[in-house]
Amino acid sequence: MTFMQKTLGGAAALAIGATACLAEPALMYDLGGKFDKSFNESAYNGAKRWAEETGNSYREIEVTAEAQRVQFATRLAEAGFNPVVVLGFQNAATVEEVAPKYPDTSFVLIDMVVDLPNVRSVVFQEHEGSYLVGMLAAMATESNTVGFIGGMDVPLIRHFGCGYAQGAKAVNPDITVIANMTGTTPAAWNDPVKGGELTKAQISQGADVIYAAAGGTGVGVLQAAADADVLSIGVDSNQNHLHPGQVLTSMIKRVDNAVFNAFSDGAGLETGIVSMGLPDEGVGYALDEHNAPLISDEMKAAVDDAREKIIAGEIEVVSYFTNDSCPAHEF
Amino acid sequence: MDFLTLLQVLDTTVRLATPLLFACLAGLVCERAGIFDIGLEGKMLASAFFSAAVAAISGSVWIGLLAGVMASVALAGVHGLASITFRGNQLISGVAINFLASGLTVLIAQDWFGQGGRTPSLSGGARFNEIKLPFADLLSGLPYIGQSYAELFSGHSLLVYVGFLTVPLTWWVIFRTRFGLRLRAAGENPEAVDTAGVNVIRLRYTAIAICGLLCGLAGVYLATGLQAGFVKEMSSGRGFIALAALIFAKWRPWYALFSCLLFGFFQALSFRPDVVKAVTSLDVPGQLLDALPYILTVVILAGFVGKAIPPRAGGEPYVKEN
Repeated sequence: MTFMQKTLGGAAALAIGATACLAEPALMYDLGGKFDKSFNESAYNGAKRWAEETGNSYREIEVTAEAQRVQFATRLAEAGFNPVVVLGFQNAATVEEVAPKYPDTSFVLIDMVVDLPNVRSVVFQEHEGSYLVGMLAAMATESNTVGFIGGMDVPLIRHFGCGYAQGAKAVNPDITVIANMTGTTPAAWNDPVKGGELTKAQISQGADVIYAAAGGTGVGVLQAAADADVLSIGVDSNQNHLHPGQVLTSMIKRVDNAVFNAFSDGAGLETGIVSMGLPDEGVGYALDEHNAPLISDEMKAAVDDAREKIIAGEIEVVSYFTNDSCPAHEF
Repeated sequence: MDFLTLLQVLDTTVRLATPLLFACLAGLVCERAGIFDIGLEGKMLASAFFSAAVAAISGSVWIGLLAGVMASVALAGVHGLASITFRGNQLISGVAINFLASGLTVLIAQDWFGQGGRTPSLSGGARFNEIKLPFADLLSGLPYIGQSYAELFSGHSLLVYVGFLTVPLTWWVIFRTRFGLRLRAAGENPEAVDTAGVNVIRLRYTAIAICGLLCGLAGVYLATGLQAGFVKEMSSGRGFIALAALIFAKWRPWYALFSCLLFGFFQALSFRPDVVKAVTSLDVPGQLLDALPYILTVVILAGFVGKAIPPRAGGEPYVKEN
């Protein structure tokens, strides 16, 4: 590290770390923003819950441009925050760059794996959760066509779509799955207008249940689906309340638990890969008062049965990452 | 591809072309008067935010519309002040407006609603709902004509119809009225206009105000017609596509309608890879369709398809000789 970097880092540390006492945890949101009603917001809820339960405080920072990733992560580590929780697969490179420089700080990366001694990588078995909502979609559809709208076209999102398609085809092998991606740049996480138009395009192709795995773009998907009176499926956070009675369910990814655990474990937490899946309820489908009328007892029984079988290993949901292709759908 | 699918694609085209059309006509009026405006994007964004925010607070889309248009006209006023009164660089002023709108909307949204730079979702009277034209249900049974009427012409929000009516209106004002003649002259040869005893400065300010009004409508349509609320950066480059459409249209209203529909059509196609594949039997990537408007504009600018000649005095502040 050059002198210049040290000075700048020090200045930044003074600027934001004036109140930082010993080892407060910090949370860095990804593009899409803290209140995306989805991935980032789930992390925020976890952090908030931790703060309420322990009475401690934490620091948070929101990345708004690609160039800020390394800068912000460095700032947090430099200011003495520990552990530093970094959200999003796009931050793998950030952590790879910053973590070796601060060996005494523990980093937690969510959604991607980085193999470093002071990094805990939390990954979710999204394909299993998506499999379950795919089954629900296939049981709810009347047109035998279900849709999937992803955000940015990256392997992680195909991973969601792949599990979904497998679940839908497990219920009905003849079902049509339509999949669209919003875009190929990070702007695809924040384009509800395009999300809404993609939804209308899928509806005109016959889809009557549409699963959005698209961050802020998903708000537009759910809105357009509700306007057209078809069902939608939310993602990451429980989004059932956004349009009560019109969101079939949400594929919940307990990012909040991952953040909560990291904050609770505190500095010097156990590193390595942590996989959150169906057994520990790291992923699952949401059932609450807003969607209870939409999920019949049979549907619930079938999905819960599949859940048990996946946990027991009787049903194998193929991960898109295994060989970068999907057996149930071609992206 | 059956007729109904074609109608669906065209339906999407109309929806996506409307904001482009408003912004394109806004740019047309402004540039015809000799003021370049690359701040269309920023004005659209500001209007989208203020219309959604005020509609969310007041519960009335009409008050929202007023607020959105006012915000856009105010930004246009800033552009006018910088580039007409103070004779600043019109491009730089436009860029500044884009940055201002992008930062300000999120900041105010966060302060007012605390939802991370978005407004609450609008519902009921706080948004423009789809209008069903008379007899749409009745005629939908008729093949072709009736179907087109019910699917394509009926069922858009009010602003779509306003947008399409603005085209002949703009044409009439620019090419058939005294005001339009003077406006065009101010963009070609402001000295001549001044010699004839007409106030160039006032003409240009009027043009800028009209530009603000039309941009405002584009933003209002995005936030309260197409979507139900504001999300940061939701204009996502549409103001720049409108500028490309303006060049493609060679600064003419009817051509503008055509080019906006064409650009909207490419976007609509990129949402329907299945249709593209069925028609061309090629696997055309959606990204290529997204990029086509820009490619076409470059082709036009390079002079392959006729010549696009901008107004001669465009970009030049008018300085009265002593």
